[in-house]
Amino acid sequence: MSEHRTAAYVRTEILPEMAPPVSEIGVIRWLRENLFSGPLNTLLTLAGAFVLYLLISESFPWFRNSVWFASSVGECRDIITARWGEGATGACWAIIRDRWNMFMFGFYPRELYWRPTLALGLLLFAAAPVLFSESRRIRMAVLGVMAVFLVLAFPALGVGTPATGLLLLALGAMLVLAWSRPWALLWLTGIYPGLAVWMLWGGSVWGPVLAMAGFVLGWAAFTATRSRGAIISVGAAVALALAWWFFAMGPVMQMLETYLPFAIEAVRSDKFGGFVLALTIGVAGIVLSLPMGVVLALARQSDMLLVKSLAVGFIEFIRGVPLISLLFVASLLLNYFLPPGTNFDIILRVIIMVTLFAAAYIAEVVRGGLAALPRGQYEAADSLGLDYWKAQRLIILPQALKISIPGIVSTFIGMFKDTTLVVFVGLLDPLKGITDSVRASFEWKGAYWEPYIFVGCIFFIFNFAMSRYSMYLERRLKRDHH
Amino acid sequence: MKKSVFFGTLAAAGLVAGFAAAGTLDDVKARGELNCGVNTGLVGFAAPDANGNWSGFDVAICKAVAAAVLGDPTKVKYVPTSGQTRFTALASGEVDVLARNSTWTFLRDNDLKLDFVGVNYYDGQGFMVPKALGVSSAKELDGATICIQTGTTTELNLADFFKANNMSYSPIAIDSNAEGEQQYLAGACDAYTTDASGLAATRAAFANPADHIILPEIISKEPLGPAVRHGDNQWGDIVRWTLNALIAAEEYGITSANIEELSKGSANPEIDRLLGTSGDLGPMFGLDNLWAKRAILASGNYGEIFAATIGESTPIGLARGLNAQWTQGGLLYTPPFR
Repeated sequence: MSEHRTAAYVRTEILPEMAPPVSEIGVIRWLRENLFSGPLNTLLTLAGAFVLYLLISESFPWFRNSVWFASSVGECRDIITARWGEGATGACWAIIRDRWNMFMFGFYPRELYWRPTLALGLLLFAAAPVLFSESRRIRMAVLGVMAVFLVLAFPALGVGTPATGLLLLALGAMLVLAWSRPWALLWLTGIYPGLAVWMLWGGSVWGPVLAMAGFVLGWAAFTATRSRGAIISVGAAVALALAWWFFAMGPVMQMLETYLPFAIEAVRSDKFGGFVLALTIGVAGIVLSLPMGVVLALARQSDMLLVKSLAVGFIEFIRGVPLISLLFVASLLLNYFLPPGTNFDIILRVIIMVTLFAAAYIAEVVRGGLAALPRGQYEAADSLGLDYWKAQRLIILPQALKISIPGIVSTFIGMFKDTTLVVFVGLLDPLKGITDSVRASFEWKGAYWEPYIFVGCIFFIFNFAMSRYSMYLERRLKRDHH
Repeated sequence: MKKSVFFGTLAAAGLVAGFAAAGTLDDVKARGELNCGVNTGLVGFAAPDANGNWSGFDVAICKAVAAAVLGDPTKVKYVPTSGQTRFTALASGEVDVLARNSTWTFLRDNDLKLDFVGVNYYDGQGFMVPKALGVSSAKELDGATICIQTGTTTELNLADFFKANNMSYSPIAIDSNAEGEQQYLAGACDAYTTDASGLAATRAAFANPADHIILPEIISKEPLGPAVRHGDNQWGDIVRWTLNALIAAEEYGITSANIEELSKGSANPEIDRLLGTSGDLGPMFGLDNLWAKRAILASGNYGEIFAATIGESTPIGLARGLNAQWTQGGLLYTPPFR
């Protein structure tokens, strides 16, 4: 073979690599592809940049001129004028500093601030076995941060050293449990509702204890009659629990209070306000509305005509009226129908209404999840010979609830924000109730944006946390990654 | 058919509520606490401090009634009520007294079945405009945009005033006083209208009060007073005469400083009857003889309350004006205690 001949115009050696054109690398490429990829996008980018510039140039000086230490709006204005010259405006965050306690606790007695704080802290411990059961890392991080927060907060809230030491011990023990045997914390989950009510409202310990005993009795009745079929055992459980609450609990409580009095200082509902109120209503609403919503969703899918039509009627009625009208009914109209002199706690009334409201929405979200399950899943459950409840518990609901997570959490977030509507029934919610009464003092009259921004930020923190948690949960429960 | 059943139930419930309302005094005594409906927050009239202690011109009425009935001005549960819920809260029994800067009108008295027991502040609706607008009379506001709080009598007065003067305006509906101030300062409206007392308080809190003027015209009568439920005359009398006692105390020169001395006996028989030194007034409406003395001791007489909460020495700086005693050219005139 003769040597390989090539035409004169064909290269024989490879060219050295050249740098890509400027428009195809780095920032410029990113800008070109993402912001200026066409005439329309270029226009939108420029318009967006202009709006952003306007927003920042208008609000930046206001934030930069912030004043944190002052005793009134007037003093804030003087400080801003002295520092930034005539005509300058700035945020007066001193209002938040001065009235921080009111925004957080409403009119809760100052020396008892540790009680709602502890109730909130223990909430995470009680929820840990349910919410963070799979990842020890996340569980320990969340609980550790909460424990540190509580231990730091207690002395700051005026709790003595012995009590703080006791708290330290208890938290340490629970952290160890959370590390080694997270399911052991379930006992805390069980008693938490009663404990939280007792911490928040105080009074005799026997009220919450005996109210919780109703659930235990119901459960006992349920297990005792289990062999007779689901309907009978559920009926027995409900009947026994109701009988206990309505007839037996009062006398027993009176007896216990006489012979074994054990009470802490009671705090009335009208002392609640700010974020203590929002969280009390929000958490209670979330915890109560989820099971109720699931039951309603199942009832709506039921073949039994009465059950189905009751569920449909309830859900459609509740979804058909605004929450505010339900709250009005709870606070004002109910008084006409109750016997005179009845003292039906206003926060309890609101919690009931909020729960019913959220449950109706949850029911529809869960029904969406149930409808999304392929028919085969139901048939598979039947073919295994599972009865209705076992099929729901083992096969249907785990999948349906997983599908429904985003919707459920959306409902919760919406409900938590809706707790601010209680201002219309005379409760001091953080957004408007507390803000209005703070502004009604002459020192803080004239501060408009600061409280709103502050309260908005706090709500954002809670809601963002809920939203991130739901995304974590979705990832964790993802089963189709093959 | 269904409708009639529903209304029947409502009527029956109303009847029950009517009976229930008949014994407010007993209810309050049994409860050991007065439920007093107040504003959620109005500078000078009702506001909680950082510790949750309420004070203000309206709050003083609550304290006086609690002192008269229960012997302790602190035995009050303050129920913050919004403009929309205040009258329902009273009618449904949620509160025993409504001391919430509410205007006494025919409709509220008769249609809503309330009893206004008197007037504790004679107010009137006014306008505030920026000085730069160059307006010196409300008659020059033709075509102006006006910020106005919804659900109040001021909304109706405004319409009446502009109609009567054959002028036009565009209203900007606002929900609360704070929002009104913000809108007004941001230039969303040319003028802000509400009760003159509110305008004074609002203007005083501005960064530059001198840039704004309150126009001289007062376009409405706003007699603000405490209200009780219709149908319980004894309770209505108690609240009415507690208010009267505060006003009379100022007229007769009874102050929290000299009340102890005067209650030992004075030259004026009317003072003696009022303070329970002689006569038997209290038992006539179910209280003891020292009710008025306790009411006055709660936060002083009418003049002292006025001076401490909204008077000229406070930042709000309201002059007595119509709210002076009749002997001083004002409208305060209490019936005699005899």
